[in-house]
Amino acid sequence: MGSAILKRLTTLLQRLTAIIIILLAWEIVVRAGILYPAPIPTASRVFGVLVEMALAGTLQKHTVISLGRVFSGYTLAVVIAIPLGLAVGWFKTFERYLDPLLQTLRQVPLLAWFPVFILIFGIGELSKILLIMLAAMWWILLSTISAVQNVDPFIVKTARSMGVSEWDMLRKVVLPSAVPSIFTGLRYAYTEVILVLFAVEMLGANDGLGSVMIYGSCHPGPELFMVYSISIFMAIIGLIANYMLVGLERRLCKWKEETGMG
Amino acid sequence: MTKIKAENIKKMFKIRSNGNSKNNGNTSKELLALGGVNLSINKGEFLSIVGPSGCGKSTFLDLVGGLTKPNEGNIYIDGKPVNGPGLDRGIVFQQYALFPWRTAIGNVEFGLESKKIAKNERIEIAQKYLSLVGLSGFEERYPYELSGGMKQRVAIARALAFDPDILLMDEPFGALDSQTREILQRELLRIWEETQKTILFITHSIDEAVFLSDRVAIMTARPGVIKNIVDIPLSRAVRFEDDVRTSNEFVRSRHELWGLLKEEVVKAQQIGVKTTLKISSSEKAVAQGEAWT
Repeated sequence: MGSAILKRLTTLLQRLTAIIIILLAWEIVVRAGILYPAPIPTASRVFGVLVEMALAGTLQKHTVISLGRVFSGYTLAVVIAIPLGLAVGWFKTFERYLDPLLQTLRQVPLLAWFPVFILIFGIGELSKILLIMLAAMWWILLSTISAVQNVDPFIVKTARSMGVSEWDMLRKVVLPSAVPSIFTGLRYAYTEVILVLFAVEMLGANDGLGSVMIYGSCHPGPELFMVYSISIFMAIIGLIANYMLVGLERRLCKWKEETGMG
Repeated sequence: MTKIKAENIKKMFKIRSNGNSKNNGNTSKELLALGGVNLSINKGEFLSIVGPSGCGKSTFLDLVGGLTKPNEGNIYIDGKPVNGPGLDRGIVFQQYALFPWRTAIGNVEFGLESKKIAKNERIEIAQKYLSLVGLSGFEERYPYELSGGMKQRVAIARALAFDPDILLMDEPFGALDSQTREILQRELLRIWEETQKTILFITHSIDEAVFLSDRVAIMTARPGVIKNIVDIPLSRAVRFEDDVRTSNEFVRSRHELWGLLKEEVVKAQQIGVKTTLKISSSEKAVAQGEAWT
């Protein structure tokens, strides 16, 4: 019992070692003045700014706004891309008609859509959410399509031999076998979404964590430190999001031998 | 009484043959896999088909299963032509093909769901068949938690659970180690006696065919046709005796079958050397997958 706890503590410490060393080195290098006159705060100052922002309530406000955008766009992408991916991957006809269109659209750089969306939908929330949706969609769509096309043909044959309808085939055979690869797509999509979120908030928003970062970078002084604070904060959020996805994956894929922590 | 009847079955495949250095570029050709198979299987009979690899044994089984259509000829079950799969036939593949996201019992329930049987009854039936294959107590295990032999037992239970008249088995024990294989062969005989199914069994092992079958059909090298059918003069009781494999009848049957099969194996190998062929799988859209990644 005691040794089990000790073992877990040791593992935790091992996993944190590199991070602690980097933070310590950062603190020491800045305090020693080696980087002077570059305006880089100490690690402790960066966390301090984060706490100050939280106490002032600004951190929460902008986090809620940013995560709201991420959640809306990401959910939309999941709702559209998974069924679409199943259809394109499974039905030859769908693939024949849709594949060229999707392949072409995929080549348009993501951020190039932003001005288009602004022209059509204005600079409000909709354009931002749509761009985030698009960012997530490609990964989810592509991973779903390839998952469907790689379903074990013998499993399909077996199901077919038991006379399942086409709908049941999709629902009870194709979708469950595609779930693990879809999750890979979901995790990549999250990374892409955060990238686009920041681009969007830096380019055309006056709220959200990206806009706070732009604001900070334009103000020499303590505000500048917010750039570092937000970066670190996003890393923490990203870790949490990843753990949540992995947790969900483990729950849905408990039939798999092991799911790695991506 | 005839249960399954195949009349002059021909099956063609479109193939992509990757040309050699002289003949670069892909040429699309048609390959005759089955060249007119005639075969009758009686009700309650255990009939095996042996043949060299690539002779079209599995293709024939797929056709009986209704998973593909013949280019020529007809297959009848109880006098009615086969068009499509159905719950009157259960299939077991060498690859087990269990649904990995379902537990053992969930796998066995699959066919029963298509039959629209209520949940409670489904569980009851599935448990009965899992116990028939000796897997009571393993209901909640996922396939990855089972050994190869146990997986194949689940697959057999799954194919039996919706109570088909016919069991189609495509080299079901081919991937198992030899001890497990022998155990499962005996189990299959017992299950066959208990359930009175008609079994069409594909194998490349003469030994296995003799041990299990009432009759053994030998298939020629491609294009496959039935070359000969050999009666196996072993009673069901004798097969359960320990020394059956060394009995005179067994050895004689094996010898006779090998004599018939030998030249086909040689022929098949020559065909294999001459051309390397890829049969495009209808289930797997390989080309499309490549385009997306």
